[in-house]
Amino acid sequence: MRLDIGGWFESVIDWMLVNFAWFFDGAAWLVNQIVGGVEYVLIGLHPFLLIAVLAAAAAALTRSLGLTLFSAVAFLLIVSMGLWVESMSTLAVVLVSVLFSLAIGIPLGIWAALNSSVSAVVRPILDLMQAMPVFVYLIPAVFFFGVGRVPGIAATIVFSIPPAVRLTELGIRKLDAELLEAAMAFGAKKSLILKDVQLPLAFSSIMAGVNQVIMLALSMVVVAGLVGAGGLGGVVVQGVAQLDTARGFEGGLAVVILAVYLDRVTSGARSLGDVLRNRRIRKEQRAAAGTPAVAAVS
Amino acid sequence: MNASHLQALTTDHREEAMNPEVPFIQVEHLTKVFHPAKSRPLRLLPKKAANQGFVAVDDVSFQVQQGQIFVIMGLSGSGKSTIIRMLNRLIDVSDGSITVDGKDVRALAPAGLRAYRNQTINMVFQHFGLFPHKSLVHNVAFGLKVRGVDRETREAKAAEALALVGLGDRIHAMPDQLSGGMKQRVGLARALATDAEILLMDEPFSALDPLIRKDMQELLIKLQRNFKKTIVFVTHDLNEAMYLGDRIMVMKQGKSIQCGTAMDLLEAPADPYIEEFVAEVDRSKVVTAGMIVRPLDPSGAPPGDPDAGAVRVSDATVLNELLPIFAAGTERVEVVDQQGASVGHVTAEEVFTALSPKGYSNAS
Repeated sequence: MRLDIGGWFESVIDWMLVNFAWFFDGAAWLVNQIVGGVEYVLIGLHPFLLIAVLAAAAAALTRSLGLTLFSAVAFLLIVSMGLWVESMSTLAVVLVSVLFSLAIGIPLGIWAALNSSVSAVVRPILDLMQAMPVFVYLIPAVFFFGVGRVPGIAATIVFSIPPAVRLTELGIRKLDAELLEAAMAFGAKKSLILKDVQLPLAFSSIMAGVNQVIMLALSMVVVAGLVGAGGLGGVVVQGVAQLDTARGFEGGLAVVILAVYLDRVTSGARSLGDVLRNRRIRKEQRAAAGTPAVAAVS
Repeated sequence: MNASHLQALTTDHREEAMNPEVPFIQVEHLTKVFHPAKSRPLRLLPKKAANQGFVAVDDVSFQVQQGQIFVIMGLSGSGKSTIIRMLNRLIDVSDGSITVDGKDVRALAPAGLRAYRNQTINMVFQHFGLFPHKSLVHNVAFGLKVRGVDRETREAKAAEALALVGLGDRIHAMPDQLSGGMKQRVGLARALATDAEILLMDEPFSALDPLIRKDMQELLIKLQRNFKKTIVFVTHDLNEAMYLGDRIMVMKQGKSIQCGTAMDLLEAPADPYIEEFVAEVDRSKVVTAGMIVRPLDPSGAPPGDPDAGAVRVSDATVLNELLPIFAAGTERVEVVDQQGASVGHVTAEEVFTALSPKGYSNAS
């Protein structure tokens, strides 16, 4: 006996297409506007100016001279390969996808951490989302949003949400039970415990999730080139279609540069919380050192 | 007029609470049954078997007077940590009643429970429970932050509490810059900063080195002299229990097997289990002059006070420290209370009797 699961899924998609066309059209329009805006800024700025900004961001977040120099040189290489516009278009798509993924994934992760029933429901869905071959998302996405970058972004969001949810949930759940008890023993409300204890201590884990989301989004963007998302994905797909080794390699190299840059910078941001905290503490300690120390009792 | 009326009311209330005849904490028939997680295999068991839980605390009753240190002593798994967590309802009560300052703790609604935890009953943890991302002053100010006290006031108050425990010069340090003993001083300061009347201390010194532990016990005694908190202290160390406790409850497998003063346990252990514990106790370090002092003759000292010039010691002095005095040839010492008033005498013979294990004195 053959169960026609694929057929059922298709009829669900058809039904959604008929009944929610207004929603998908609206969403597509909105996403297009946002990506267009980001892209307009990234491409509109003079490449050298933007490269300086990107290198400065690397310097601020990682405090590594090597990485700062690498980003400047690598982005100049992209310019010299003539792939600057495509790269910035891809970066715009990645940034917007990541923004949506985090806006959905982090709150969902918090909810799952605080409520075990939610966690039990969410986990298998995340497994499905992560294990499903990425191309499969593209098919209904094209039906919903037509050809172009919006289906690419939709597929990218679905594909890259899981680590945001998982690492947020993990970061909150792995908190030392005694710390939670201590916060409760002083009569703190759940909302204060979340804001004052759970989230600050989960920060590093959440940032690891952000890093993963960005990397997954970038890997998906190339696949999205198949449905006409343009950008570097388009360049690579074109290279494959025309068996143009040189073009394909250059497009691939530009993706690698973006990947390394985004990975290093977001890993640097992972310890940003510590850096800011240490700076605040040093300031307090310096201020305290200015006043005469209170002699220790006993 | 309204205000003064209110004040009169509060004063009355305070006096009533201070009345030593009314126990500040009254626990009756307290019971806790932990139910195993309802996992699938259990659901398949007959209903009765699945419903059988693990009895962690079994029908325990006790009272704590205001200003006392009440010690719950027992080995791991005896239910002592469960009891202390039921007092502030970090663990829900299965059966029995807890009354604190006349209020039924089990009946508190969520908002009332938060207020109760914040204002009446604070806690010190075995592994300190300090927030690693907050400096000491912010750790100590946490309870006041929860209460909604403004930043400046709560930080001043926290700095004051840290000075009390000897960390006044390190208020901006982070917890991971401190040793274990210092961390627990912060834990203590955090519980003091809120002015809560009750301190729950869950094996607070167990994770510390012996020398540091001794320091911390002395610090607690010193602070207790000033603050007169009502303390419920959990430990597995009978020496510690006897050194600190006004009264001690010994737990075994969820049941209370004896409750009394250190002397009660030393002189009349209720069962072989306690006897075994007591045999391990170094009497010279837990029995104090105040415990064995012979009260003054109510008719008053005879004319020509024979104690003029006698050595005077505090009632909290342990017998170990009296030995050198007697070794130097003194026949008896005068014992004074914290206010410096004489409460009676102790002779060398009485010290030796108190130090002798039970049984020898009967033989003589």
